[in-house]
Amino acid sequence: MEVKNKEELEQFAVVGKPIPKRDAYYKATGQAFYIQDVTLPGMLYGKILWSQYPHARIVNIDTSKAKRLPGVKAVITGYDVPEFRFGFLKDNMPLKKNKVVTLRDEIAAVAATDPDIAEEAISLIKVDYEPLPAVFDPIEAMQEGAPLIHEERGTNVLPLPWKLKVGDVEEAKKRSAYIVSDRFKTTWVTHCCMGTSGCVAYFDPQGNLIMYANTQIPYLAQRDFQEFLNVLGLGDKRVRVIQPYIGGGFGSKLDTYPYEYIAILLAWLTKRPVKILFTREEEFKYTSPRQPTIIEITQGCDKEGRLTFREVHMILDNGGRTSWGATTPSVMMMPISSLYRVPNVFYRATCVYTNNTYCQAMRGYGNPQATWAIECSMDELAEEAGIDPMEFRLINANQPGEITPQNFRVSSCALKECIEEVGRLLEWKEKRGKQRDKARGVGMASLIHVGGGARVYRSDGCGTIIKIDDFGKVQVFTGATDIGQGADTVIAQVVAEELGVPIDDVTVIWNDTDICPWDVGVHASRTTFIACHSALGAARKIKEKILQLASLILGVSEKELKIKNGLIFSEKDASKNIPLTKLLRNIHYKTQGTMMMAEYFYDPDTEMYDKEFKGNFSKAYAYGTHGVEVEVDKETGKVKILKYVAVHDVGKAINPMLIKGQIYGGAVMGMGFALTEEMIFRQGELMNPNFRDYKILTAKDVPPIEAVLIEPWEETGPYGAKGIGEPGCVPSAPAIANAIYDAIGVRIKELPITPEKILKALKEKEKG
Amino acid sequence: MRYTINFKLNGEEMSTEVDPSWTLLYFLREVLGLKGTKEGCGMGECGACTVQINGKAVLSCIYPVMEIEGKEVWTIEGLAQSSEALHPLQRAFIEHGAIQCGFCTPGMIMSAKALLEENPSPTEEEIKEAIAGNICRCTGYVQIIEAIKYAAEERHGSKE
Repeated sequence: MEVKNKEELEQFAVVGKPIPKRDAYYKATGQAFYIQDVTLPGMLYGKILWSQYPHARIVNIDTSKAKRLPGVKAVITGYDVPEFRFGFLKDNMPLKKNKVVTLRDEIAAVAATDPDIAEEAISLIKVDYEPLPAVFDPIEAMQEGAPLIHEERGTNVLPLPWKLKVGDVEEAKKRSAYIVSDRFKTTWVTHCCMGTSGCVAYFDPQGNLIMYANTQIPYLAQRDFQEFLNVLGLGDKRVRVIQPYIGGGFGSKLDTYPYEYIAILLAWLTKRPVKILFTREEEFKYTSPRQPTIIEITQGCDKEGRLTFREVHMILDNGGRTSWGATTPSVMMMPISSLYRVPNVFYRATCVYTNNTYCQAMRGYGNPQATWAIECSMDELAEEAGIDPMEFRLINANQPGEITPQNFRVSSCALKECIEEVGRLLEWKEKRGKQRDKARGVGMASLIHVGGGARVYRSDGCGTIIKIDDFGKVQVFTGATDIGQGADTVIAQVVAEELGVPIDDVTVIWNDTDICPWDVGVHASRTTFIACHSALGAARKIKEKILQLASLILGVSEKELKIKNGLIFSEKDASKNIPLTKLLRNIHYKTQGTMMMAEYFYDPDTEMYDKEFKGNFSKAYAYGTHGVEVEVDKETGKVKILKYVAVHDVGKAINPMLIKGQIYGGAVMGMGFALTEEMIFRQGELMNPNFRDYKILTAKDVPPIEAVLIEPWEETGPYGAKGIGEPGCVPSAPAIANAIYDAIGVRIKELPITPEKILKALKEKEKG
Repeated sequence: MRYTINFKLNGEEMSTEVDPSWTLLYFLREVLGLKGTKEGCGMGECGACTVQINGKAVLSCIYPVMEIEGKEVWTIEGLAQSSEALHPLQRAFIEHGAIQCGFCTPGMIMSAKALLEENPSPTEEEIKEAIAGNICRCTGYVQIIEAIKYAAEERHGSKE
């Protein structure tokens, strides 16, 4: 798509406009249907018994009492069902046999006519364990003699190849004028989707599985479930995944989980629909949080402040089993190699099994952890070099057209503008380093993220089917998934724009694998970019068909035909026109009629990483900078955010209102990551599995936030757009930490930045 | 043991048998089939289950059903059910981007409704206070607060 000038942009009817989210009418009236609201005739309720030990051998499971409880229709353990291994390293199974390795290991499950009976049945199951020595610290787990989580592997270190080497870091160290080195940590935080996890599994009369699931990956889940059916001897049957409205995703639903396989097993055994729905406590304890990290970072620059190298060593606590979360280092490489221009890079990540909970994707997919270390270290290096941190970032800012050390081919890039805008909004020059007497300070941090899909699987594709009915109404069947971010709306916008029909005439259907075409899932901030490209492809094909037909009827060349507000007309002679509806009825009610339908599959021409982890894995890259002004109470250690600005390079904003919603939501999630959120584990047990003790921010905690959009036209994007789902939460923590340092001269290196940590650091500083 | 209770639900008089062990949320969702009110935690900590009882915002997941005897209950279903005649808060939430995943929305709207009926022109601080018990993970609250402000201004203090 060619670069648009301002006038052309303003001519868009719906692209670039703050169109309300299409499903908001359902949600505002209480009519939106979530997994919580799904009830099928004859449905049973499933419940799971989890392990009582973080590491133990299962000696015996006695389910006899539970089986005798009236209302109980099935009780199962890992010993009763065919073995099925799944997960990124195939170290997980629906129900565990022989040994448990975390407190969230599933031992048994029941299906009963009522949730209370199911609960009671669970309490009647007696399990004898032989406890084993456990390990909860990844560094201890790497030492010789540490308890082995999976004995057959002979080590607790995961066989994953996360190592990136570009240029020569050792040589660059010798040439550097300034070098800083430090160690940063992040802990477990969790998604806190307002709708808890759940599913309903149902086998239809022909034995096909219908799975109601609030998954982010309907088509990959379909494949996982199909593999499971094969193991159950149902290889000739079919899987249909239906997604109700999803009460929040944030990465938590990017994999299939034991509870889903358990629901399938229970439905298969009872021949009735089975629903498993997590309580809030179960949601906290038994879903997969963000990976905790220990990060050692060393960076250097020359006399002029130009980065010379970046070296990062990281240890990730993998927990007892392996979900896709173990692949987050592949995304952490992105900011490590390509946030700011740095010629020499070394990165190594070690993922280690422990008896803790296991982790998964969460908004940013490792990027917030990596950026936490990079951007704190950037401030340290700027100070070492005697350069203002904003100036230092400008010196090193990425630029349009550059090729980064990981071979990312950057097209549009407005990082410099983002930094400058934050500086202006925060009154950086007037305030930085000048308010320590009031314990006030300003800080900033930037981000890079994929903005044009991400080729993490062999395909990064999305399909669209489009049809237009007799009445000129357009139905768009997309593979994309809406988790609240607005896929339903932006897809409708680009189709309405392309076809010249009112947005209200476009309906987007996205929630059924029997109806919609394939897609790889809602992740990597890819949906606007990929799914809109796909929808545009289909819209263009159907438009071509429409214009061909209209040209025959009107007797004018297709080239001079336009569609606007549902009217097809000649640009040269407006009297030559036909309403779209009339044209469509004509094609149905005639001999050898046809159907107005088109399909399109878009898969960007990006590259998978090669063996060295290099390759242009996204079509476009999103940038942004957050700036914060804080005031620290030195008596209590409390941090008050006075002002928060989030400036993002989003390409052309297809829907500025929804984009800002992503940025606000991301920034507040990032503030929680920075200041308050922490899953407190003791011996593998979560001590705060509720909203009282796990503190996500409330409306009262939210400071004044300003979201600013910088909109360079992204030539590879649909209507110039880039992705924005995740970036909002990436740079918050380091921006806040940098502001705290400016305010009181102490640097907190371990998240979250609690008042206790600040007071301790202040005390240590006083002692000198 | 069942008891008959009399109350008003969404403007209609009702008389029905209930089990005293039920919560109001259970009664609404599982007995009456009013699924608009959501359960986010079941422990009174997230606000997704908020309904209005005698004008006040109440957490229905920890509210015993017997307590609604003689009282007036409003749920999200009591507000407009079609786009033709939306409540100003519904319209404002839709038009100001205050809804993403939407799971917190019914409870959030009910909290805001209780606020505006008691205090038609709230300050931003009062709005934040009124929805402080309603957790939203998607929006960062910014557009929710904007929407409530807008609805309050639009209504000019008029009560239903």
